[in-house]
Amino acid sequence: MTATPARIECTINGEPRALEGHPMSRLLDALRAAGLTGTKEGCGEGECGACAVLLDGTLVNSCLTPLAHASRAAITTIEGLAIREQLHAVQQSFLECGGAQCGICTPGMVLAAVDLLRRVPNPTEDDVRAGLAGNLCRCTGYMRIFAAVLDACRRMPATNAER
Amino acid sequence: MIPVLDGFDLIAPASLDEALRILASDRDARPFAGGTDLMVVLEAGHLPPGRYVSLWAIRELHGIARDDRGGLVLNALTSFSEIRESPLVADAFPMLALAAREIGGIATQNRATIGGNIANASPAADSPPALLAYDAEIELLSIRGRRRMPYGDFHTGYKKMRLEPGEIVARVVLPSRQVGWRDGYRKVGTRRAQAISKVCLAASVLMDGDDVADVRLALGSIAPTVVRCRAAEDAVRRRTLSEEVIANATRAVLTDIAPIDDIRSTAQYRSAVAQNLVAAFLRDSL
Amino acid sequence: MATGVGQPALRREGRAKLTGRALYVDDVAPAGLLHGTTIRSPAPRGTIRGIRFDPSIDWSEYTIVTAADIPGANVVKLITEDQPYLASGEVHHAEEPVALVAHPDPMRAAAARRHITIDIDPLPAVLSMDDADEVFKAYTVRKGDVDAAFADPTLVVVHGEYSTGAQEQLYIEPNGMIAVFDADTGVTVWGSMQCPYYIHGALAALLNVPDTRVRVVQMETGGGFGGKEEYPTVIAGHAALLAWKSGRPVKMIYGRAEDMAATTKRHPSRTRHRTAVTRDGRLVAMDIDFLIDGGAYCTLSPVVLSRGTIHAAGPYDCPNVRVQGRAVRTNVPPNGAFRGFGAPQSIFALERHMDRIAATLDIDPAELRRRNFVHTGDTLAVGQTIREPVDMDGLLSRALELSDYDAKRREFARANPSAAVRKGVGLATFMHGAGFTGSGEVHLSSVVAVEGTPEGSVRVLAASTEIGQGTNTIFSQIAAETLGVDIDDIEIAQPDTAVVPDSGPTVASRTCMVVGKLVESASAGVRRILVDSGYLPASYTRAQFRDACERYVARFGSLRSTSRYSPPPNVQWDDETYTGDAYGTYAWAAYVAEVSVDLRTWQAHVDDFVAVQEVGRVINPTLAQGQIEGGVAQAIGWALYEEVVWREGRMANAQMTNYIMPTSMDLPAIRVQFEEVPYPGGPGGAKGIGELPMDGAAPAIFNAVAHATGLDPRDLPLTPERIMALWNAR
Repeated sequence: MTATPARIECTINGEPRALEGHPMSRLLDALRAAGLTGTKEGCGEGECGACAVLLDGTLVNSCLTPLAHASRAAITTIEGLAIREQLHAVQQSFLECGGAQCGICTPGMVLAAVDLLRRVPNPTEDDVRAGLAGNLCRCTGYMRIFAAVLDACRRMPATNAER
Repeated sequence: MIPVLDGFDLIAPASLDEALRILASDRDARPFAGGTDLMVVLEAGHLPPGRYVSLWAIRELHGIARDDRGGLVLNALTSFSEIRESPLVADAFPMLALAAREIGGIATQNRATIGGNIANASPAADSPPALLAYDAEIELLSIRGRRRMPYGDFHTGYKKMRLEPGEIVARVVLPSRQVGWRDGYRKVGTRRAQAISKVCLAASVLMDGDDVADVRLALGSIAPTVVRCRAAEDAVRRRTLSEEVIANATRAVLTDIAPIDDIRSTAQYRSAVAQNLVAAFLRDSL
Repeated sequence: MATGVGQPALRREGRAKLTGRALYVDDVAPAGLLHGTTIRSPAPRGTIRGIRFDPSIDWSEYTIVTAADIPGANVVKLITEDQPYLASGEVHHAEEPVALVAHPDPMRAAAARRHITIDIDPLPAVLSMDDADEVFKAYTVRKGDVDAAFADPTLVVVHGEYSTGAQEQLYIEPNGMIAVFDADTGVTVWGSMQCPYYIHGALAALLNVPDTRVRVVQMETGGGFGGKEEYPTVIAGHAALLAWKSGRPVKMIYGRAEDMAATTKRHPSRTRHRTAVTRDGRLVAMDIDFLIDGGAYCTLSPVVLSRGTIHAAGPYDCPNVRVQGRAVRTNVPPNGAFRGFGAPQSIFALERHMDRIAATLDIDPAELRRRNFVHTGDTLAVGQTIREPVDMDGLLSRALELSDYDAKRREFARANPSAAVRKGVGLATFMHGAGFTGSGEVHLSSVVAVEGTPEGSVRVLAASTEIGQGTNTIFSQIAAETLGVDIDDIEIAQPDTAVVPDSGPTVASRTCMVVGKLVESASAGVRRILVDSGYLPASYTRAQFRDACERYVARFGSLRSTSRYSPPPNVQWDDETYTGDAYGTYAWAAYVAEVSVDLRTWQAHVDDFVAVQEVGRVINPTLAQGQIEGGVAQAIGWALYEEVVWREGRMANAQMTNYIMPTSMDLPAIRVQFEEVPYPGGPGGAKGIGELPMDGAAPAIFNAVAHATGLDPRDLPLTPERIMALWNAR
């Protein structure tokens, strides 16, 4: 049996999009084929978090999310965080605190941080460690990332937290 | 790497009835919940081709609620994030909330489901020991109707379970417990997060002064299925707790478990740690 | 200025990385792309009986390449030309590439693996370095007379044997390349790499084209750590062969499991120490046997061995030293470059051994170090007289102070006997030579060019790659400071062999110190041209510079200065006797680890880490701190968590689920302190630091576990299972 290709209607970064592909194909591949290459594949096993996106407001690993599960979903990828040239507070903090080195884990890490700050607006360092435990970084040793998240929390007004 | 999808289909029926009908009539149909186990196996090239029936959007399969006997009902598609955040769970069945935190990172917890965790039937799963310790019942559902059994009877061997063709895990029922039980959950993995368990203990004890009124000792990753350590429990139940009694129970753990050497650890390590965890838990009641 | 040398200038390409706009190789797809797959040997050794193609597949849809197709030389250009791009006749390791296939549909390309079988008649395989009899390379370093020294009966002799396992670099972006081949223009590859010119030098011979028709372009690279130093030549060659045969662009991206199982890893090691000391702890003789497992082909084993051998005796003043190093051949996938490059292995053994010497003599481990540190004017084992200021004593004191070492040693010793969780602190003192060994930098003869643009900006042209360590930013800072302009006036050219000169590979902690120095001098050259030609006064503003640059370029067509490496004066190295000035300079360090060991589970956890190092000059504090923190994190992973599980010569745990690197929950606060003693050979005085942090963390952790438990761990990684075995055997 071969599945009929699905046409999955969803919203990506606020815009209505239709993603086409096998219903069991990875959301990761559909996003990247649609030109949204900011979401990365690091492992294909759901271990590294480089593929993380926000789906209906929750963080998911897009390498483990079948395309069918994106139906009618509101998806945010890294490309959707900054508003034109204005960086999201988390991005600005990462930039100033050195939270990105090679950058490949960065999109997933930034979205995980955004997700954490929405759920826990005033995290302790332990909260940050736990919130980012699903995102592996091989370059930084995480220290600059923790600093960036705590810095973002200080700089974020309430409106930013809702984005 | 892009998975090879020859022979695979994933459909998302709108209703529970339709899903059960497809599962009953199509021999190649299999249930699909959050995907956090099955998609990994798919990408590794080991998932059997077939028609996967997504249950994710079926409302009746989501949610946590109290039942009319004071227990807690967790519908199968409840995510571990929902379990982690639920005041009902935290209040009455805290080990399950702790287990939820162990299931990968936040992204995994958001999509992994309790039904999926059970139906994946891995002896290394993080919630089953807690379910055993809480005397959970499991409810299975097919087009033919519902049936219930103690969760302890569900797994029969490595990746084997009492699931009939066309059946899905529909809900887990945690019966209410009397006040006074003390819980202890400890997972020993390869690292502090995102770790497959090497040994996992979910333990509960009800003390009557220095006597053990009742006890539950459930271990994961130390046998082909998760197990209740009945010999170890018998060694302490209705006895006065002492170092000697604890030593007996610790020794008895060895008869309840059958650990192996594998890619993550050794039988010897698992045996020793299982014993240590049980001893440490019991000692906290001294 | 806010972005000059010493300032925390923001990462130049940071915005692009943070917004998802940075382009890694898998982010681009030329029209008409084919996707390539590598078909690999399942057996560690044997003769290839044949390659079977499943007849149910229409292979006419595929491009297929085997060894017989190769138009040029089927041998990877590196040190010893022993490694084929594609095996023919025999295979020497599991995962050895035998055939390549490509298809326009990535799923069909991936599925092809299931439909091609390599039939191998197995031959006996050597799977352990102790069973190896083929030696890739051997070095001996000699100082004084070790055998005579051991004859002194008043000395205490301490023996020890230490081992380290393989380590996977685990960059989060797997290896990947895109190649195109055109009969007229030749071959172009784009991809994830550290060394464009290594690939450039190799492809001409593989494809039998002149090297003027080879172009290599580095794309944004998601981590390297040495794993993308020499390995990319192989995947680039494979992509190029498929492009050559098909006439289409070809993309090859490794899946994680393939990347882990098939590509290079850190060389496993076994070191034997025999040391003679006086009763009050003065080192008199060190006899060291250092063995590393090169895997099936030579790759860079001689250089890894060289560095490991030279660092084996550490920052100590010992009159008699013999280090015998050997790299041997086994039938595991070839091992290769990984941050530290032999030094972490030999330093691990030495620093663990020093603590055992201290225990034998009942001398405090810090005190034992102090009694033996080199000072300016002393000579290292390799015969290098230290001419620069060095204060290991001061660094050690600082590290002990920051880590509260003395108080913790006492407190833990008091509390441990009754505790289920034992705590310990341990230290390591070490150095890392920056740049290529001996005459290596002279042979590389690196070149950097700096040029003015028609818009009045300045462009730096170097082959050094940004792989996360901050190349783009520090080069910009150095150029901006030298020219007296803003960092935004500086562009860093993408490393493209058609455009940039060969400034050597991005390895060996040389990018800032060696290449950065050339950036500095070439920038100074541009300024000199403008001043000497009258376009600029001797003292000028940024606006004046931009204006002068623009006018000069408009008038003359180009404004360019080129700088070529010249060695520092008085650096003498003898390749024959392997003695002399091994490195232009060393970075010096003292690290302290605090651990807890839970005796119920035997899990060790690093609770705190202090890293103190003298690095010449900190060019960018954020980036420098990031290098130390990241390197220590990788070393903690190596010490406690990362184990390659081998089954019949194959990596059995080639998944990120089963090969365990630390998560955010596993690492402590890593507290970094820099000291600066400027090195005249480096830009602004900087020394190289990229590999330094990998050298000292593991032995500090092992020493801390020994302190916590009274055990004597010698084999890395120190997994809970190993700690349990040591505990049960005590």
